Amino acid sequence: MTKSNEYTDSSRATVNRRSFLKGSGAVAAATALHSPAVEAEPQAAANVVSGATTITLNVNGGDHKVTVEPRTTLLEALRSQLELTGAKPVSSDGSSGASTVLVDGKPVMASTTLAMAVTGKNIETVESLGGEDTDAVPRAFVKHDAQQCGFCTPGFVVAVRALLNKNPDATESQIRQGLNGNICRCGTYNNIIKAALDVVKGGV
Amino acid sequence: MKNFEYAAPCSENEVLQLLSDQSGQTELLAGGTDLVGLMKKMIVTPDRVVNIMEVPTLKNIEAVDGGGVAIGATVTLDEILAHPYLEDYPAITDAILGINSMQLQSQGTLGGEILQRPRCWFYRNGQELLDTGQISGGDNRFHAIFGNNGRSKFVQSSRIAPALCVLAAEARVIGPSDSDIQMIPLLDLFRTPRQEGQREHTLLPNQLVTHLVLPPVNGGLNATYEVRQGAGPEFPLASAAVSLELDNQQRVHQARVVLGQVAPTPWSSAAAADALMGQPLDAQAAETAGLAAVEEATPLSHNGYKVQLAQVAVKRAILRAAGLETGGL
Repeated sequence: MTKSNEYTDSSRATVNRRSFLKGSGAVAAATALHSPAVEAEPQAAANVVSGATTITLNVNGGDHKVTVEPRTTLLEALRSQLELTGAKPVSSDGSSGASTVLVDGKPVMASTTLAMAVTGKNIETVESLGGEDTDAVPRAFVKHDAQQCGFCTPGFVVAVRALLNKNPDATESQIRQGLNGNICRCGTYNNIIKAALDVVKGGV
Repeated sequence: MKNFEYAAPCSENEVLQLLSDQSGQTELLAGGTDLVGLMKKMIVTPDRVVNIMEVPTLKNIEAVDGGGVAIGATVTLDEILAHPYLEDYPAITDAILGINSMQLQSQGTLGGEILQRPRCWFYRNGQELLDTGQISGGDNRFHAIFGNNGRSKFVQSSRIAPALCVLAAEARVIGPSDSDIQMIPLLDLFRTPRQEGQREHTLLPNQLVTHLVLPPVNGGLNATYEVRQGAGPEFPLASAAVSLELDNQQRVHQARVVLGQVAPTPWSSAAAADALMGQPLDAQAAETAGLAAVEEATPLSHNGYKVQLAQVAVKRAILRAAGLETGGL
């Protein structure tokens, strides 16, 4: 089987099937597939956290200290401690997409992300797209009247931004496909698609 | 959400040390798209959550010597979609594309996707997973049409598991002790719970799936087809994955057919595979295999419609693998 060259450098050397299974031997050890038998890490038990703990979250380019419990979601930390109320609580299980934020550039649901799980990661909320130098996506939403009640809007704005960061020339069908994880109960989808297409065309 | 202890270990060994041998006391957290919602509803109430996203050995996609690919359990679905090693495995990428939500694709992981809990709406609303009358006597439109004669009437929810099963993937499982390592064929990873509290898989509470290992396809064809109500992110009503090998007369000489969303486990159909053997890969063979797949279906009171959808899923997965897919049902 021919493999792309970019994945055949030494750090991604192939792993022998038997050593992979047994988890021993030089080939497996040379890759990231540490076996228990050759595990270099000592027995240091990982830090078990319980109760309120102060952690640092990097949000919109700055470090912020928040005090959270293990069960605190990223959405709760953003809204109730950092006063970043753009991301919205709609569904508890993330099915609405209204709590979409970017973590290391990828769109994720803050409502199903634990705050402690994103320490050390780069978190961007819808607020980072506003301010004096407002991003083209929220400007296009205003221009095309792409909101009705507005509750889903921040999630859609972040999702469109994430989609266009990955694919700046997205077609209408790619935009429709990409926004499937966001729901608008008012049904203002057409104007959201128009706004996203306008950003692609550089019209805002 | 009930409060819990939290740990984010950095090695597979540390993960094992943090896991309880009692079912339900500890839960593994990967992307969180399923577990966090279940914990909010107090359907899952662990004493400790072990986040495995910081373990570097679980995050790689690697070529296996002699052909094949090993995918780490916490590789996210969008990483799988974008990876050149997966070009030979359209059954997997078809299934991930079907998930149809950027957020779920970038947050969700392969290990989490295949071990997600059932989407049964009784279970998700705080009732028991196994039938005590609420399913057999209630609205069971989304429930099982195979393997449903016991109290398990939910459907296995993974979108990717049928594809992994037809591709003969194996799960690399470690634990309970550091030296315990085994390779489990994916179909054997799933089981039908017979009593309340049993999980839908055969893993011990203190075992960890580290990788899914795919053998090489060796020129074989594979595909997944999902029947969904619309183009949105909802779960399919029925799905099927197939893998096929042709001999030099272009007749099928090896076939695997596994259905999804129709039984408490991924549902392997030997009847559909047998119907394909020795046949040329055409619309007639696909139709016959679809019919064979559902011959022994046992629908519940409100899900008879799923029988035809399962039949169509098998037919269209075969056509898609053969490159013959056409529109309409």
